[in-house]
Amino acid sequence: MLVVGLDIGSVAAKGVMLDRGRMHRAMIPTGWSPRDASEELIYKLLQMSGREREQLDDIIVTGYGRIAVAGAGQAATEIKCHARAVAELYPQVGTIIDIGGQDSKVIRINKQGRVIDFAMNDKCAAGTGRFLQVMANALGLDVSELGEHEDPNHMVAVNSMCTVFAESEIIGLLARGTSKAGIIAGLHQSVGRRVAAMVRRIGIDGKVAFTGGVAKNLGVRRALQEELGCQLLIPEECQFTGALGAALLGQNNMKIAWS
Amino acid sequence: MSVNLEDFMSIREVSLMKIKEAKDEGQKVVGIYCTYCPQEMILAAGAIPVSLCGTSEKPIAAAETVLPRNLCPLIKSSYGFAATDTCPFFHFSDLVIGETTCDGKKKMFEIMQDIKPVYVMQLPHLHQLDAALELWVTELRRLRSTLEEQLDVKITDEKLWDAIRKVNQETIAVKAICDLNKMDPPVLSGLDLLTVTWSRNFSSDKGSLVTMLKELQQELAASRAAQGGTKKPRVLLTGCPVGLGSEKVIRLVEESGGLVVAMENCSGYKTLELQSDTELNDPIVALAQKYMEIPCSCMSPNPYRLELLERMLEEFRVDAVIDLTWQACHTYNVEAFAVGNLVRDKGLPYLHLESDYSSSDLETLKIRIEALLEMVA
Repeated sequence: MLVVGLDIGSVAAKGVMLDRGRMHRAMIPTGWSPRDASEELIYKLLQMSGREREQLDDIIVTGYGRIAVAGAGQAATEIKCHARAVAELYPQVGTIIDIGGQDSKVIRINKQGRVIDFAMNDKCAAGTGRFLQVMANALGLDVSELGEHEDPNHMVAVNSMCTVFAESEIIGLLARGTSKAGIIAGLHQSVGRRVAAMVRRIGIDGKVAFTGGVAKNLGVRRALQEELGCQLLIPEECQFTGALGAALLGQNNMKIAWS
Repeated sequence: MSVNLEDFMSIREVSLMKIKEAKDEGQKVVGIYCTYCPQEMILAAGAIPVSLCGTSEKPIAAAETVLPRNLCPLIKSSYGFAATDTCPFFHFSDLVIGETTCDGKKKMFEIMQDIKPVYVMQLPHLHQLDAALELWVTELRRLRSTLEEQLDVKITDEKLWDAIRKVNQETIAVKAICDLNKMDPPVLSGLDLLTVTWSRNFSSDKGSLVTMLKELQQELAASRAAQGGTKKPRVLLTGCPVGLGSEKVIRLVEESGGLVVAMENCSGYKTLELQSDTELNDPIVALAQKYMEIPCSCMSPNPYRLELLERMLEEFRVDAVIDLTWQACHTYNVEAFAVGNLVRDKGLPYLHLESDYSSSDLETLKIRIEALLEMVA
């Protein structure tokens, strides 16, 4: 059985191919056309696996672009896909935190990996990857560098959760000569605090997993663990969780080796 | 010629022509905003009670030049229509009746006075108290004398009982249509159901409305073809009022493969079990008792809403519940906690949405609604 799961996110498009226990992964910027991004991902995955398009048994698409590429395959929400992937990777997890480019979600799942309840951030970008990206720009860093640049011991409180106000708050702090590393720690803490509040609303049951691109950020991991008072299980390739879940939905119950 | 849904879609246009003709012949029109308004009183005064516009985003920008942005869209839309004179029903109204249901509305009515005479009834918020019912009875008597004075008519008990019977019949007829959706698959989609339950409030003639409703009910009950195909998740919508123009959540549910089978909200099922008691001696008391029972979240406490919801979950074989709160509607927003607990205790998926009339959040609503429907599958 040969299935592809695509996660067309707001920033990055991720693809996972499951080929009889082997997994191939590809990631590209989504760009302006979700449809082109999905075609490119399929092409890359086929190249990596040496397979032909005709051999594909199923394509499942998730992410905000799932509707735009509906022709490519069946659509499922990120919520269902993250639940499916985490249930496969960590059967002991009952609560999932997913922070992506434009939204953050908390998902409660049961033992069978079915979604029981979920919450998402409201309209604004607070507590998402986009928030961190804007702040990284203001600090003259790439968003991927934020995690290693924080200094929690000299944390500076960032009070604004609104992306626009937080940006001006940071510019003000920098102008006063405040340490960059302390500001970064404060930003991570504010994301952690906001998401932790959402987690408490939905509730913790069993272990907690952290997925999505922002899970790569060590500072947000630290802040979330502090705020929640528990350890987080984080897939090594956390950005691919949604795509993996989509692929798994296409190819139910197939055991794979996560590498 | 049989009655169909198109007839309900055109109620507003037909009614508008009739209202214009009636006005030319000297009949009075009284505009109403809320299910708490005792329309029987207006009927008994020989005037036409008619719903006023308040479910479209269009006039909100104009309303925001006067009202705060962070206010319920229903209030802003209602005021905006009035201020821009774009609601023909408002235009033709000789008098508008409001009630002190929520803080936003009662303060908005104060400002609306500058555009049109607005008569505001003081609605008590505690229905299990004798003093509250007494106040409401007094308020109804005050409305009676106000209408008599302003419309220069005499509202007799006989006319009131007549109007009470008409409205009781309308309620029974609407409920009979809504109840058809207890069947699986349901007879009407959520959008069609809304077309019927919401549009009826714009009818200028109760008599022909009741006939239309009865005929539609018979038509639908008879024509119910065995619809095969895949079973769709049955969604109950509760919360703030929804009308055509603010139906985006219903539309999204049905575009995403679900069906809204029942609506516990204002023009929907919320008031449909309530009848004025025609055995009483005083029609005003009969009306007061009925209207005080309406389970709006402005009542505190509001146990009947939860009882009604619990029964509806069973009777309509509901698979999932969506609780819609319009932005800044504090009472429905807070009450969502109790509704969520009730629904989750029944083992059903529950989704609380906070939104406004704009289309800016369609994508974020869509993913939540799709995920809710996935939880059913």
